[in-house]
Amino acid sequence: MQSLNTQSSTYNDTVVRQFSIMAVVWGVVGMLVGVIIAAQLVWPELNLGLPWTSFGRLRPLHTNAVIFAFGGCTLFATSYYVVQRTCQVRLFGGKLAAFTFWGWQLVILAAAVSLPLGYTQGKEYAELEWPIDLLIAVVWVAYAIVFFGTIGRRKVKHIYVANWFFGAFILAVALLHIVNSAASPAGFMKSYSAYAGVQDAMVQWWYGHNAVGFFLTAGFLGIMYYFVPKQAERPVYSYSLSIVHFWALIFTYMWAGPHHLHYTALPDWTQSLGMIFSLILLAPSWGGMINGMMTMSGAWHKLRTDPILRFMIVSLSFYGMSTFEGPMMAIKTVNSLSHYTDWTIGHVHSGALGWVGLVSMGAIYFMVPKLFGQKQMHSMKAIELHFWLATIGIVLYISSLWISGVMEGLMWRAINTDGTLTYTFVESVKAKHPYYIIRLLGGTLYLSGMIIMLWNVLKTASNGKSAFTTIPTVAAHA
Amino acid sequence: MDILFLLVPLSVILVLLILGGLWWAINSGQFEDIEAEGERILHED
Repeated sequence: MQSLNTQSSTYNDTVVRQFSIMAVVWGVVGMLVGVIIAAQLVWPELNLGLPWTSFGRLRPLHTNAVIFAFGGCTLFATSYYVVQRTCQVRLFGGKLAAFTFWGWQLVILAAAVSLPLGYTQGKEYAELEWPIDLLIAVVWVAYAIVFFGTIGRRKVKHIYVANWFFGAFILAVALLHIVNSAASPAGFMKSYSAYAGVQDAMVQWWYGHNAVGFFLTAGFLGIMYYFVPKQAERPVYSYSLSIVHFWALIFTYMWAGPHHLHYTALPDWTQSLGMIFSLILLAPSWGGMINGMMTMSGAWHKLRTDPILRFMIVSLSFYGMSTFEGPMMAIKTVNSLSHYTDWTIGHVHSGALGWVGLVSMGAIYFMVPKLFGQKQMHSMKAIELHFWLATIGIVLYISSLWISGVMEGLMWRAINTDGTLTYTFVESVKAKHPYYIIRLLGGTLYLSGMIIMLWNVLKTASNGKSAFTTIPTVAAHA
Repeated sequence: MDILFLLVPLSVILVLLILGGLWWAINSGQFEDIEAEGERILHED
């Protein structure tokens, strides 16, 4: 009876704790694999001559681990944390929330085993074979039921803007995953895509870019709209702008994908359409970035003493930077230089390490002490150190790839007066060697920050004990 | 490019659904007194 009472009067933070810890663990694992493959690019001998440790198999392991394991666990943790507190009810669905945790961990383990073994559908960010795809679909439906069920029985009439972003992310990812993963199985762990040739490419990048838009942007904007105001102790700069931001972003995102297929067999008008939509996206993106930044107005001095807030604000700067760079790279003439070069990899990492990574770390540093009944993280000095390691790491990473990307793009297009190519391909590879070393150094710094975070989180968790937060009995307004 | 016969209608349906969501939000009073809603998250938990 007693436990039943506690159950209904407290938030379900058990699942938030599990996802938060695993987000940090998978962050370390995924970034470690990233550092290993960055080292393989400098010293190809590190492929070890084995199929399981070759670049081609470890690279999807890295992307899946950081996006879906680190990013995914962070999104589950933060969305469950935010939706309960802004709706002032316990999570809907009882054991279903626990199922999403164990189901998602199973997906991650299946990916970690099957990708090195060479099972792949060959679609970027959608490599996992059909049995794992089915499991993802089941877990995702459970996630949607838990999340929207909680919204459905909320005690507060208004649905806070962060929940709109989380909700759009959950629905869009379900749709993208189902359409892009359509395939006919040809045995266990082998399948053929339902689409062929350029059709398949179009679906793949319709999926691929919207995965960036909804998984790595909308979801993390949900995090931004809750945790930045909380940490700054200031309401979001303009709540009206946050609503315009939301609707503008989801209306315009869907057709940016073709910019991944400039100068391919895709019809020219589809490429131009993709370019135009990519340019339009600059407006809502910067609206949201400015809204997040300006939340600090009147609280800028807090940046001097609060390293967690610094994570969030620097994250927003990288969001602004990469959402400016992205539309520029989607312009066909710019793309003719940048595409297939390291510039693209640098751009992705300015978004991934800068925006997604830093805002996740900020949110986890905010939640963990509260989840374990502590006043603050075990070591604030360690957070400070983590912040500098991460920031310097990102700067080294992206600036080295800017240089090597533009350089190789220019080398590829250089033509002698008689019309022959000035450089052979391998000359451009050789020229990139020093920049690959700097990139490896940047990645190593970023990883070492993450390892410090893991130590700090585990210390905080073992110093405290699982806290049960009581749901306020009287809602602020009916 | 037969695929556009799938993706374009899908986008149109999606836009209609989004419009439906926006219509619901406006008419159910989600946007009344919104600046106060931004304040409220600071006072709970």
